[in-house]
Amino acid sequence: MTTDECKKVVLEIIAEIAPDEDLSDVKPDVALREQLDLDSMDFLDIVMELRKKHGIEVPESDYGELASLGSCAAYLTPKFNALV
Amino acid sequence: MQLSRIVITGVGLTAPNGNCLSDYRKNLLDGKAKLGRIEIRYMGEVLAGVCDFDPLKYQKRKELRVGTRAGSISIYCAREAVDDSGIGFDELDKNRVGIYVGITEHGNVETENEIYNISQFDYDTKFWTHHHNPRTVANNPAGEASLNLKSTGPAYTIGAACAAGNLGLVHAMQMLQLGEVDFAIAGGVSESIHTFGIFAGFKSQGALAEHEDPNKASRPFDAARNGIVVSEGGCLYTLERLEDAQVRGAKIYGEIVGYHVNSDATDYVLPNPERQAQCMKAALKKADMLPQEIHIVNAHATATPMGDIQECEAIKEVFADCPDTYVNNTKSFIGHAMGAAGALELAGNLPSFEDKVVHPTINVDELDPKCQTPNLVVNKPITAKRVDAILNNSFGMLGINSALIVKRFSD
Repeated sequence: MTTDECKKVVLEIIAEIAPDEDLSDVKPDVALREQLDLDSMDFLDIVMELRKKHGIEVPESDYGELASLGSCAAYLTPKFNALV
Repeated sequence: MQLSRIVITGVGLTAPNGNCLSDYRKNLLDGKAKLGRIEIRYMGEVLAGVCDFDPLKYQKRKELRVGTRAGSISIYCAREAVDDSGIGFDELDKNRVGIYVGITEHGNVETENEIYNISQFDYDTKFWTHHHNPRTVANNPAGEASLNLKSTGPAYTIGAACAAGNLGLVHAMQMLQLGEVDFAIAGGVSESIHTFGIFAGFKSQGALAEHEDPNKASRPFDAARNGIVVSEGGCLYTLERLEDAQVRGAKIYGEIVGYHVNSDATDYVLPNPERQAQCMKAALKKADMLPQEIHIVNAHATATPMGDIQECEAIKEVFADCPDTYVNNTKSFIGHAMGAAGALELAGNLPSFEDKVVHPTINVDELDPKCQTPNLVVNKPITAKRVDAILNNSFGMLGINSALIVKRFSD
């Protein structure tokens, strides 16, 4: 999986948990909470969906890695690739 | 102590056969029930009353995903009631607004869903949602309304089985009279059709209705009745002290003049007509009214074989010599809306203060002789000489009884 593919997967999850948001122009280097209406429960939803749909665990100490789309991709891409 | 008079100034509702008072009332007068069949987990098809209000009228899609159906019903009804009341809600001191929502139960739907969810993951609880607790706390339906309305006063639920709709109103009245709040949003809601447990429980109890035509399945007082059709729904009113309502020139639907709540203390599920009669009499006493002054008695009757007979006995005892008192029932149209039942059923009769028409109970092909009650309005509406007061019965499991009396407003 490439980082761009990983970003797509993350955006698909965000589209489910924040269905009112316009995700057409999410800036990868800006915190998700600064550009989208997401709260701490939504981030827990992202963690849960990664676990349920993709079998990926994000320990609580790493939640900060999910701050932006770019940091998500950097953190999650190796985890996705390690699954294969 | 002279207590303030409490009046109803707004109505917001969703019932299987109407999402506003005018549509709902029209269908009650036109004899139009709206019940159907839904697929329910583990049980297959069951009869149920489903509401088709648009939750996106007042909520975002994300809020629907995070919240509960009961929360959505509360929000819809609360916002509709506030709008109907004509009050400038934004200008109100939100610390002085109370939200009191009657519920039969809450949390079963969400818990069942989560157990099903983790069953897909070999019951590993790490897949249990973090939304579970805010969804299942007993105050959820009121709390979601407070979030949506940005209302910072007390907001909680009143758990009172199927008497809860009346109890929401009773509690709001008391809080207004105590001066705890200045504006109340109160009534009852139910999301029960989304839990298999309520259907399975009634079925095991032998109390779940069945009929090939869903709209004929809920048939209180009929000889062939065979149980309850469970429905979802909600009805919340805005209540105010009379002096406040008059200052702002509010439309007044009616005045709550009496109520009573008591307990059978005899059985988990079987009603007790003696206590029901006592409850109605005590409400009349509080209202300082004679039975003859009540013109509509809305029966709680749920179409169970025993329950209807026992309530008829209680009504006949209290209203034994009341030629101008009519008895009707709303569950034949909308099924049993559980925590919303009392509030919804009152709403169906409120317009009678204006048009003097008493809606019937439908689906009575052959009246059960044991349910023969004077002035029972069957299958077709009647026009009464006058409708000045309504007594609304709502009873529930564990023997809770409630009777609420609303009077045509007269200064």
